[in-house]
Amino acid sequence: MHQLTIAEIIRGLREREFSSVEITRQLLTRIEQLDGDLNSFISVTAESALRQAESADQRLAAGDAPALCGVPIAHKDIFCTRGTRTSCGSKMLDNFVPPYDAHVVEQLQAAGIVSLGKTNMDEFAMGSSNETSYYGPVRNPWNPGHVPGGSSGGSAAAVAAQLVPGATATDTGGSIRQPAALTGTTGLKPTYGRVSRWGMIAFASSLDQGGPIARTAEDVAYLLSAMAGHDPRDSTSLNRPVPDFTATLGDDIRGLRIGVPKEYFSEGLNPDAAARVQDALKEYERLGAELVEISLPHTHLAVPAYYVIAPAEASANLSRFDGVRYGYRCENPADLRDLYMRSRGEGFGEEVKRRILVGAYALSAGYYDAYYNKAQQVRRLIKQDFVQAFGQVDVIMGPTAPNPAFRLNEKTDDPVAMYLEDIYTISANLAGLPAMSLPCGQVNGLPVGLQVIGNYLDEARMLNVAHQYQQATDWHRASAPFAQTAGEQ
Amino acid sequence: MSVDKQTVEQLAELARIAISEETIDEVGKRLGNVLQLVDQLQSVHTEGVAPMAHPLDEVQALRPDEVTEPDRREEFLQLAPQSEQGLYLVPKVID
Repeated sequence: MHQLTIAEIIRGLREREFSSVEITRQLLTRIEQLDGDLNSFISVTAESALRQAESADQRLAAGDAPALCGVPIAHKDIFCTRGTRTSCGSKMLDNFVPPYDAHVVEQLQAAGIVSLGKTNMDEFAMGSSNETSYYGPVRNPWNPGHVPGGSSGGSAAAVAAQLVPGATATDTGGSIRQPAALTGTTGLKPTYGRVSRWGMIAFASSLDQGGPIARTAEDVAYLLSAMAGHDPRDSTSLNRPVPDFTATLGDDIRGLRIGVPKEYFSEGLNPDAAARVQDALKEYERLGAELVEISLPHTHLAVPAYYVIAPAEASANLSRFDGVRYGYRCENPADLRDLYMRSRGEGFGEEVKRRILVGAYALSAGYYDAYYNKAQQVRRLIKQDFVQAFGQVDVIMGPTAPNPAFRLNEKTDDPVAMYLEDIYTISANLAGLPAMSLPCGQVNGLPVGLQVIGNYLDEARMLNVAHQYQQATDWHRASAPFAQTAGEQ
Repeated sequence: MSVDKQTVEQLAELARIAISEETIDEVGKRLGNVLQLVDQLQSVHTEGVAPMAHPLDEVQALRPDEVTEPDRREEFLQLAPQSEQGLYLVPKVID
């Protein structure tokens, strides 16, 4: 049953082929038996999951079941869950049990999902390999010596290992799309403001956006339809209608104009990964789309602009962790200053501290104009590149990441090399555009992701475009060796 | 490029993050690498470009000034490392 997609689970539950309790039990057993090797979960909430599943079965029997009633998923441990520890991958929040649910959690609960637990992640979502987690690295189900990507590495690995059919995730510079690419899953970062950030622990508020990871574009459409929507508690939440993203998946894509940015096929791109992406573009031509070469001339400035803006916003956001109101407090503080300094010094990991310090530098007196203001200006130039491109084309396509999954510890000593893994994903965050990754082939047994960037609020079209590719190809059905060897229980 | 010891100490103070004496050089070196990366921005011509704060240039939404949240003081105080008589407890600040 673990191979089933969300669409298949919805059908199976409604046709009484199995119950929510049955599939929930089976996935919980699978997590218990297999996740020790993978480390994709920080917390498993078996008891509450079974309670939710029982209640879902009652609603299904009564005929008053909402869209995703009884479907088991997991939440990234960045989303606050009332009564369930929410660590954000950090020692700082190892003991934090939120008194409220994130908007995304509420929305999915209202849609009837069953939550199996909270997935592992880079600490405070700062990382591209899931190696900065206080709870240890997550392994890639395609090859346990490799990383699953990050920061939503736990969500992506759990989906690829078929421990859950879908999971929530967040993306500040690529944290949904890059792990989706590295694990052969499908993930979508919506337009900035499409999904409420309320209850989603903040990293860089002008870039953060929640979204789903699943095994197919259709499943992503189901999850996103439930997650998206206006929320007055997030002042940047967009008050725009949310379509049923599953309704247009079958639309014809003949005549679609696909922009292919020449800057996304630069020298840093692994040639084998480039070939898989080119194959996918050829497939789209066969499906009746037209390829248009475009230019996004400010692409090379995205990583530098991001590493000013994101740390600056992080240094402000993470100032709330002070050892006073919640979270970690050091032992025997001598005075208030000592309490702050040591609680934060001991509670945060190295990468988080590094980014806070960079942010403090960029925002400090005398440097604000040279760094933060400059980066915000460059950000507008990057956005303008896209606005121009979308005058010519319907969607933009290229690689999600420059390389397939790299080895554990391969880049931990060189933060800048790690940062460059997000070179193709960061621009969409800076511009606030929706972007997704879907599997389009493999290199040496490791998946490669195709990135689809859409115009503002154009998620329905992107999902349609991705679904049509998945109707014509099988890459999304290829399952990770880890998922196969484990077999059916 | 490396950030000097004095600057690292000053940043650590601004950010209220204790950094051990032995790691200051390493932290300075790594910060230097990041600053070198972002220094590429300095060569970009941005005169007259308005800084971008919100991708869709949305304006701040206003709402009526009404009480919407219930009082959950006790619940929130339970999360605190130390509290007393309904207040957060910290080491003595004034003599």
